[in-house]
Amino acid sequence: MALKTEEMVLNMGPQHPSTHGVLRLEVALNGELVLDIKPHIGYLHRCFEKHCEAMSYPQIVPYTDRMDYLASMSNNFGYAVAVERLMGIEVPERVDYIRVIMAELQRIASHLVALGTYGVDIGAFTPFLFCFRDREKILEIFEETSGARLLYNYIWVGGLAQDIHPDFVRKTKEFVDYFRPQITDLNNLLSYNKIFIERTANVGILPADTAINYGITGPNLRGSGVKWDLRKDDSYSIYDKFDFDIPVGEGKVGTVGDSWDRYYVRILELEESLKIIEQAIDNIPEGDVQEAIPKRVKPPKGSIYTRVENPKGELGYFIISDGTLNPFRVKVRAPSFVNMEVFGELCKGHFVADIITILGSIDIVLGEIDR
Amino acid sequence: MYELLENTVGNQVIAFFIAAALPLFLFILPYAIIAVLLERKVSAHMQDRLGPMITGYHGILQTVADILKLIQKEDIIPTLADKKLFILAPFIIFVASFAAFAAIPFSSEYIGSSIDVGLFYILAISSFVVAGILMGGWASNNKYSLLGAVRSAAQIISYEIPTAIVVLTMVMLTGTLNLETITNQQTAYFWNWNIFGGAALGLSKFVLIPLMFGAFLIIFISMLAEVNRTPFDIAEAESELVSGFHTEYTGMRFAMFFLAEYANMLAISFVITALFFGGYHSPFGYLGNSLGAEWLIPFEQLFWFTSKGIFFVILQMVLRWTLPRLRVDQLMTVCWKYLIPYSIAILLIVGFITVL
Repeated sequence: MALKTEEMVLNMGPQHPSTHGVLRLEVALNGELVLDIKPHIGYLHRCFEKHCEAMSYPQIVPYTDRMDYLASMSNNFGYAVAVERLMGIEVPERVDYIRVIMAELQRIASHLVALGTYGVDIGAFTPFLFCFRDREKILEIFEETSGARLLYNYIWVGGLAQDIHPDFVRKTKEFVDYFRPQITDLNNLLSYNKIFIERTANVGILPADTAINYGITGPNLRGSGVKWDLRKDDSYSIYDKFDFDIPVGEGKVGTVGDSWDRYYVRILELEESLKIIEQAIDNIPEGDVQEAIPKRVKPPKGSIYTRVENPKGELGYFIISDGTLNPFRVKVRAPSFVNMEVFGELCKGHFVADIITILGSIDIVLGEIDR
Repeated sequence: MYELLENTVGNQVIAFFIAAALPLFLFILPYAIIAVLLERKVSAHMQDRLGPMITGYHGILQTVADILKLIQKEDIIPTLADKKLFILAPFIIFVASFAAFAAIPFSSEYIGSSIDVGLFYILAISSFVVAGILMGGWASNNKYSLLGAVRSAAQIISYEIPTAIVVLTMVMLTGTLNLETITNQQTAYFWNWNIFGGAALGLSKFVLIPLMFGAFLIIFISMLAEVNRTPFDIAEAESELVSGFHTEYTGMRFAMFFLAEYANMLAISFVITALFFGGYHSPFGYLGNSLGAEWLIPFEQLFWFTSKGIFFVILQMVLRWTLPRLRVDQLMTVCWKYLIPYSIAILLIVGFITVL
């Protein structure tokens, strides 16, 4: 007679050290093996989209900060680009340069959080603190210019909240020089660590066609070997002026599209962002950053969908204007929300420990999933 | 030392108890307090930060403050927990990890109990920990605790095999299970240590050196796994299982698990020191001998033994803050596919050499 066995349902989160926020996972387990996984979201829902309908266009900017709170600058940037395109505003070149530098610094900061917490998920605590130490330097630069460390409200429709701090250029250059060697350090400490590779290579393989079918974007899609980056493929702002590569996953230590590839694409993107910053920082033109800010932001009747490359993927804003001061509807395509959907499929047949590995490699932010 | 105690107390049995319990109170508890702080400082300086700085000069009183806080905490026993086992588990782990020190020779004048099966006793008593872990994990009535406990049981039982095989190798080489005898065979200078082939002479010594290094690596790795330290801390696996088998424990019960972990670290360091690194013997002669002050020698021996032990403790700390954690199946692979075959090979070759 066969022994009667039961699958165990483990409730992970919303209070759990590695769910990267308030995510609840309902995991069906057979011993250590994952049979099924159901993510439950919504613990951080703040009705962002509904709020927008009762607010004027400039008032929405601080709300966009709070979506992907690790990349507030990029959120502001995307929203500003969307409204500017809807209204047909041309911003001064100085504004564009500053925006691009800010967005790339923000990308580095966001990736550093992703890489560092990924180390913690796997059990290496030291790289986490190294990453946060470096991120701190970026936050200091942001703080000097915008006055805030996390939620900047800096990139406004048509311009910037204020001009850059006099020390901004010097500090950014110092940071670029300081940060390059740190990437090598991080690689030696974590990326090429034998145990780390054992844990992440061939785990949670996401083939390119599945990734495209699920609508995965950002480093996760590039990790699967698809060369797709909105900065190049659907260029916005002045990204077409800069020379940079799009790193993709090559399956260096395992299969293309495994967790290690997704992790390593982020490492490579740090270098690309540094390249863009280096090209931009010396060429910031003179000018007034606020001259194009409209007195009343009142877009004509119509709708627009604009997408930008956020650190986590494609952030899209769909804005319907009815010709008044408030938008009729603002819909956000949040990259984390879309990337999260493939998570359950990636986890099936893996071990409990791999849930955390895969979740960390997708790099989600709950503030953006729940909005 | 033992005679001294017997004369003072006047009763053999009581003297025996005191001798066995003395290292616990004189040495291990203060050590645990220092080691917790040491770990925080070591990790802090590895990570470019300072660690505790406020309580006392450079935070030296931090652990004392932590323990005082933990004593005051409410002692929570979950409603659905198996109350008896839940209370018993920390005691078993605490006792098992501290009892191992009874058979460890601290210096030529002091060993808790110089029994002839010392090594065997240490192996046996430290595997008793697994009973406590399973008890705690099961009694907590928490799925994370259960997963952690089951993982830990599988891990400790597997890794005992390479440990036992290496110990067997050493027993074959030295011909005894008594740690004091093993230590005394490695007297005089450091090239007599077992890691350098022991006191043997001639060709066999040179053949033994690489084998002993291999044996040392195997026993160090498997003992790391036995005490659940990173990279083998899957039983606690903070990022997956919250805290593993002691998730539900609070206050002083939690502190007992915590202190037992540090005691375990020291215990394995001491066993490795005694087996491979000359035990309490100095690597180069004694100051007491050259000064003609023989009373100094036991203290020097205590110093050397402690320093070697602490060195391995620090090594474990550095490893912990450098390496990521293995997955449960990889952990088993390391043990069954690598450590056990190699340790058996070393056992066979060393056996062959000793027979010759």
